[in-house]
Amino acid sequence: MVEKRLLDIRNLDSWYWPIQILHGVNMHLNEGEIVSIIGPNGAGKSTVLKNIFGLISKRKGHIFYKGKNIIKDKASDIVKKGITFVPQGRSVFPSMTVRENLELGAYIKKGDIEAEMKEIFRKFPRLKERQSQKAGLLSGGEQQMVAIGRALMLRPKLMLLDEPSLGLSPQIKKMIFEKVVDINKNEGISFMIVEQNAKISLSLSDRAYVLELGRNKLDGPGKQLLKDPKIQSIYLGGGV
Amino acid sequence: MYDYLLHIAVLCGIYVVLSISLNLAVGFTGLFNIGHAAFYGIGAYTSALLTLAGVPWWIALIASAIMAGLFGFMVGVPCLRLRGDYLAIATLGFGEIIRAVMKNWTGLTRGPLGLPGIPKPSLFGVQFASIDMYLLLVVVVAIITVVIVNRLVKSPFGRVLKSIREDEIAAKSLGKNVVKYKLQALTLSAMFAGVAGSLYAHYITFIDPSTFTLMETVLMLCMVVLGGAGSIIGSVVGAIILVILPEPLRFISLPSSAAAALRQMIYSVSLILMMIFRPQGIFGETSTTKKFDLRKLLGMKKPKIKLRTKKNA
Repeated sequence: MVEKRLLDIRNLDSWYWPIQILHGVNMHLNEGEIVSIIGPNGAGKSTVLKNIFGLISKRKGHIFYKGKNIIKDKASDIVKKGITFVPQGRSVFPSMTVRENLELGAYIKKGDIEAEMKEIFRKFPRLKERQSQKAGLLSGGEQQMVAIGRALMLRPKLMLLDEPSLGLSPQIKKMIFEKVVDINKNEGISFMIVEQNAKISLSLSDRAYVLELGRNKLDGPGKQLLKDPKIQSIYLGGGV
Repeated sequence: MYDYLLHIAVLCGIYVVLSISLNLAVGFTGLFNIGHAAFYGIGAYTSALLTLAGVPWWIALIASAIMAGLFGFMVGVPCLRLRGDYLAIATLGFGEIIRAVMKNWTGLTRGPLGLPGIPKPSLFGVQFASIDMYLLLVVVVAIITVVIVNRLVKSPFGRVLKSIREDEIAAKSLGKNVVKYKLQALTLSAMFAGVAGSLYAHYITFIDPSTFTLMETVLMLCMVVLGGAGSIIGSVVGAIILVILPEPLRFISLPSSAAAALRQMIYSVSLILMMIFRPQGIFGETSTTKKFDLRKLLGMKKPKIKLRTKKNA
């Protein structure tokens, strides 16, 4: 199979003025891959995702998506190109029902969205049961499902997940990641995932990048990094 | 006495328009605007100056909406990139600037002397000079406002506004141009405030800058909070309650200095009581806040529910 680059980040510098967060970060993602970004707090992991999605204005470098530079695009344009973003911390709209949350995900789409809705409910049967409940009343795991479901409504090519397992129980974490792999395999949607939980994300990623203080530290296939003694000592708490 | 009651009703109507328009920004979109009185004042001055110059009332009414909306837009462009408290401070500053301009641009506004003799409106030969006719006019405008804003917030547009209120980053992540929507919400909100200003100017027939102070905005905010942020019926009820609540003071012979202070105290006490007992407002949405439990307040015990535990199984 010829690998096709979907996303290519070259020499990305980024600032939260006046502090420079990213220093010449290079990353890429091939079509159909799951790539995760790990690293300690403050490494700039989330900043990379926000950069791809056009949420940060002070930056330099190149971000190619399908061969086109998107660094000057706004978030509202990037969504139309097929990238969706699931922000950190279960960002659902609490006073709206699950169904309304999902409908908002397809806001820029014209025409009927029932097919998408059905598809989301097939993937997450729990959401079908809860569709008329207010999203603020759901459990943490269910809210994360809503957030992911909402980002799926547009049938994206690439999904950016910012710490999808934050504050969830181990069981729910596992279930969310299984869904991610499932969606990746069956629909060919690529994922770029930022995770604190290095163990779980490395084991399911095709490739992974380790960031430290805004610079590329290591990269390689997920399973290989998982065995790397350096990674083990730094991020996995020694003898895991 | 009859006229007095009608007078209260007219004020209720004007404040209903004001609180609904403020609710559109504060309650539905989450834009903490504390310069709303400025839009109110801009509407009042625009309408007054135009009619005094001989322009028909209905054109002046439309002009005051447009003028206030224009200012809403102009304030919005730089300020809507700010969030929460910072937006509040910026709009507070804007309100004070507008008041200072009204006070000092004596060539146009006659400054603190105010503008007297604003004509009563007429439309298609119908004079709204008597108080009952004016009440009719105000009620019609208030109803139109309720209907329009109600339609707006229930439309897809309104849902985007709510999504911005609840989670701006998530709204952005769904591809919405958040700043554009906020700008539209603020502009619309300002337009309705401008209409209310026009209604006020032609009713009282005299305006001066002291009407459009920060206290006026605070009063409108109280109405929104009391009725429930993000609720239209709440804004209507909140406005009516807060207009009527201090009125009984008029019948107690108090020195005027004490009466004014008492008025402020009534507002603040009612707000404090709301904060304690019903933080979401009378008609506020209950999803994210705990429901107020009357039993708890009265010190009654909850009915005991037998749980199936190992002990009593």
